[in-house]
Amino acid sequence: MTQVNEFPVSQNADKVLDHFTLFRQPEYQEMFKRKKDDFEFGHSDEKVAEVSEWTKSEDYKAKNFAREAVVINPTKACQPIGAMFAAQGFEGTLPFVHGSQGCVAYYRTHLTRHFKEPNSAVSSSMTEDAAVFGGLNNMIDGLANAYALYKPKMIAVLTTCMAEVIGDDLQGFIANAKKKDSVPEDFPVPFAHTPAFVGSHIVGYDNMMKGILTNFWGKSEDLDTPKTEKINLIGGFDGYAVGNNRELKRIFGLMGIDATILSDVSDVFDTPGDGEYRMYDGGTTIEETKAALHAKATISLQEYNTPQTLQFCKEKGQEVAKFNYPLGVAATDELLLKLAEITGKAIPASLKLERGRLVDAIADSHTHIHGKRFAVFGDPDFCLGMTRFLLELGAEPVHILSTSGSKKWEKQVQKVLDGSQFGKGGAAYGGKDLWHLRSLLFTNKVDYIIGNSYGKYLERDTKIPLIRLTYPIFDRHHHHRYPVWGYQGALNVLVRILDRIFEDMDANTSVVGVTDISFDLVR
Amino acid sequence: MSLAVNNDLDVKGLVDKVLEAYPEKSRKRRAKHINVLEAEAKDCGVKSNIKSIPGVMTIRGCAYAGSKGVVWGPIKDMIHISHGPVGCGYYSWSGRRNYYIGDTGVDSFGTMHFTSDFQEKDIVFGGDKKLHKVIEEINELFPLANGISIQSECPIGLIGDDIEAVARLKSAEIGKPIVPVRCEGFRGVSQSLGHHIANDCIRDWVFEKTSPVEGFESTPYDVTVIGDYNIGGDAWASRILLEEIGLRVIAQWSGDGTLAELENTPKAKVNLIHCYRSMNYIARHMEEKFNIPWVEYNFFGPSQIAESLRKIAALFDDTIKENAEKVIAKYQPMVDAVIAKYQPRLNGKKVMIYVGGLRPRHVVDAYHDLGMEIIGTGYEFAHNDDYQRTPHYVKEGTLIYDDVTAFELEKFVEELRPDMVASGIKEKYVFQKMGLPFRQMHSWDYSGPYHGYDGFAIFARDMDMAINNPVWNLTKAPF
Repeated sequence: MTQVNEFPVSQNADKVLDHFTLFRQPEYQEMFKRKKDDFEFGHSDEKVAEVSEWTKSEDYKAKNFAREAVVINPTKACQPIGAMFAAQGFEGTLPFVHGSQGCVAYYRTHLTRHFKEPNSAVSSSMTEDAAVFGGLNNMIDGLANAYALYKPKMIAVLTTCMAEVIGDDLQGFIANAKKKDSVPEDFPVPFAHTPAFVGSHIVGYDNMMKGILTNFWGKSEDLDTPKTEKINLIGGFDGYAVGNNRELKRIFGLMGIDATILSDVSDVFDTPGDGEYRMYDGGTTIEETKAALHAKATISLQEYNTPQTLQFCKEKGQEVAKFNYPLGVAATDELLLKLAEITGKAIPASLKLERGRLVDAIADSHTHIHGKRFAVFGDPDFCLGMTRFLLELGAEPVHILSTSGSKKWEKQVQKVLDGSQFGKGGAAYGGKDLWHLRSLLFTNKVDYIIGNSYGKYLERDTKIPLIRLTYPIFDRHHHHRYPVWGYQGALNVLVRILDRIFEDMDANTSVVGVTDISFDLVR
Repeated sequence: MSLAVNNDLDVKGLVDKVLEAYPEKSRKRRAKHINVLEAEAKDCGVKSNIKSIPGVMTIRGCAYAGSKGVVWGPIKDMIHISHGPVGCGYYSWSGRRNYYIGDTGVDSFGTMHFTSDFQEKDIVFGGDKKLHKVIEEINELFPLANGISIQSECPIGLIGDDIEAVARLKSAEIGKPIVPVRCEGFRGVSQSLGHHIANDCIRDWVFEKTSPVEGFESTPYDVTVIGDYNIGGDAWASRILLEEIGLRVIAQWSGDGTLAELENTPKAKVNLIHCYRSMNYIARHMEEKFNIPWVEYNFFGPSQIAESLRKIAALFDDTIKENAEKVIAKYQPMVDAVIAKYQPRLNGKKVMIYVGGLRPRHVVDAYHDLGMEIIGTGYEFAHNDDYQRTPHYVKEGTLIYDDVTAFELEKFVEELRPDMVASGIKEKYVFQKMGLPFRQMHSWDYSGPYHGYDGFAIFARDMDMAINNPVWNLTKAPF
């Protein structure tokens, strides 16, 4: 091999080949083969094919479901990212992650990749010495730096697992830092302990929401103030929060409801491209957050994101209500009825009209969805809401899977499934991961998968089309700008599902002279 | 160095102004990390590889990110366990576009996330027992995995688990290499220590402990590609040039790499290093232990590619040297066409760079080849030797910023108003909001490869599409 390769130069200036096509050129294909044959010492193609087939079998599924220790491709992240997300929905709030610094880079990256927006948070950058001596000095210097540089209205402190393992006491540390003038005594520094080895991002959300409310609602004399007619609404960790929160506000406007969305990221994660970078924009104001104590009720749209927070609200004398990601006709009906019941406001004709239009749209399209089999994965509340909507459409939810799902959640999903003839044969899988789902998809096939971008590996392996409808969506743009809640949101979801079904139909009927007898113009 | 940049601006004054916002203690610390490059300087005159100050937005990662995310993760035929809580593995799952060829989940595992998913009881009672079970389950479900690495997350070191003992025991049991890596995120000041730890583990647990598969025969033309993670296929676009000049690339570290390639690396005649920062440790070790020389090279942009090909060829016989000239000549017409097409659109455009290991210096000449200017650059996790290598590439007057905080970078960009910023995903949207063209220079903004001649054409196209997209004319409303 001492001769100059005789390959042509495939690359050219007129039509630049990038990774999509460059590596399909013969010179690269031959190079890949040489690498594999001469240097990789891998398994034979026959062996790989044999094991590949085995991974699709019932035998493999049994082994896969028998595992107790390893988790493979889970549908959950850790607490701090949820806490960070909750904090970011408050006006001028800078999340301060107390612990080792790499974590923050990961959280910021993850949220940025989904929302395609800047994501601000600081770290106290603890290293080995802090592991030995504790992170108090990091807190003292860190709060001072964060306050001086980024001029926040509030700094929300949360922990990484490092700070939790060594047992740093946030309350004491923050008090100490204030004594050392890191921030003014009256400057709000709510906090939440968010160990990554307990729960997941949805628990972190709950912890920080409760931490922030505790910070502002803590003074007992405030409790004597009479309740107002206002209500609070908590969305939970929601990748569609930009579209969803705006949709909620539109509905409040139509109903004449005076509501506070606690942690409203809709403007925070959707700033304009007008030449100015806004590190802080939008969010629930501190005044609104303080006043929210006196609301007559707090409504959570994601039960599993808010158990502690709702309990706390209840203790403050508020009426509470919880939903499971209100997606679809009946779920939206229930939400509106609850809003009407609590506020005494009527549901206006305009919303009834929207409902009718949604039902009309479902009727127009039901033939394409009826009887189609679906797998759904994601957070517990999303899975519940999505399952309900699929049943409404006459679709059959078959596998519903959430790594954060509990036994209670499984029962809840099962109840929803059992409530419909379309739910027969469907099952919920709490505590399971996407490698479990892979086995389920091979042994008990469905027509479509609904989940996040990580589902694309399942789509590739099983050839079952994926419909992206929850967090995170990295490989498609702008989904988060469109609501999935309310009647309008349900319409968006309906269109997304239908589009995928139609694309699939066209792809399956496009071979000229072979399958294109059904390549219909009108569907 | 020639033709200073920024010479009509008071950049030193700007630095002082930006640092004024800090409390005094932090201001003094940060001042040591920022400088304006002087003529004929031997290094950039900044401190590096020092703890980030608390409470700022540092762009740095951690040792786990350096080991699992960068070095070990791309080794495709091994399973890398993110050992500890679920998050670290979740966030580093498929984020870096380390391309590979293989049947994922069967004989390759690059885009999967394996974790021991620590719960509170694992913290209290220790996670070694669970790790035993994780390894057994992996061995049963993934029989074609050629080895396993254990990538420690923060709690592992803090609670004192003995992952080495587990690795030794289970490795003997399953008959495959198991490598315990103590890359807990709190170690060191950035991802850089993770690279070092990862390298040391390859030394101690692969070179020292495993036996290579039989059947490998050396030739006098055997080289390796060290420190190329195959982002968007970079290592492939590099490898093809080395093969074309008549060399045999016996191992890729670690993009699209395999355990067998790691094992056979000490049989190379010379190790060729692209990312010096992440893998100089193992190259130095092989030099001491196996007497294998190593050479740094740079495959960004035609000037550096030609220089590097000649430098590499000079280590071999005349045939290879002649081949190198032929290969350079072979690609020249394509390169000329690329430059003729794009340079007129890019000439004189100013760029500010902020990235990681090698790119703050290595990409500079690729920009120069297109007529662009670098007015500021800096590293996330460089050491002194990186800053000593940098003046070779950049011009007098260049603003240098080590471990720059988001605050500083934004202020520098606002004042210097470059035509483009080249940094990472966390920075991207900040500058696009300001109306500035941006390219992600960690992941090539989902494009690539950028290495090699084939990569340069893509690089040129991408810079043009960033700078000359009409969207930047829409930023200001006419009302």
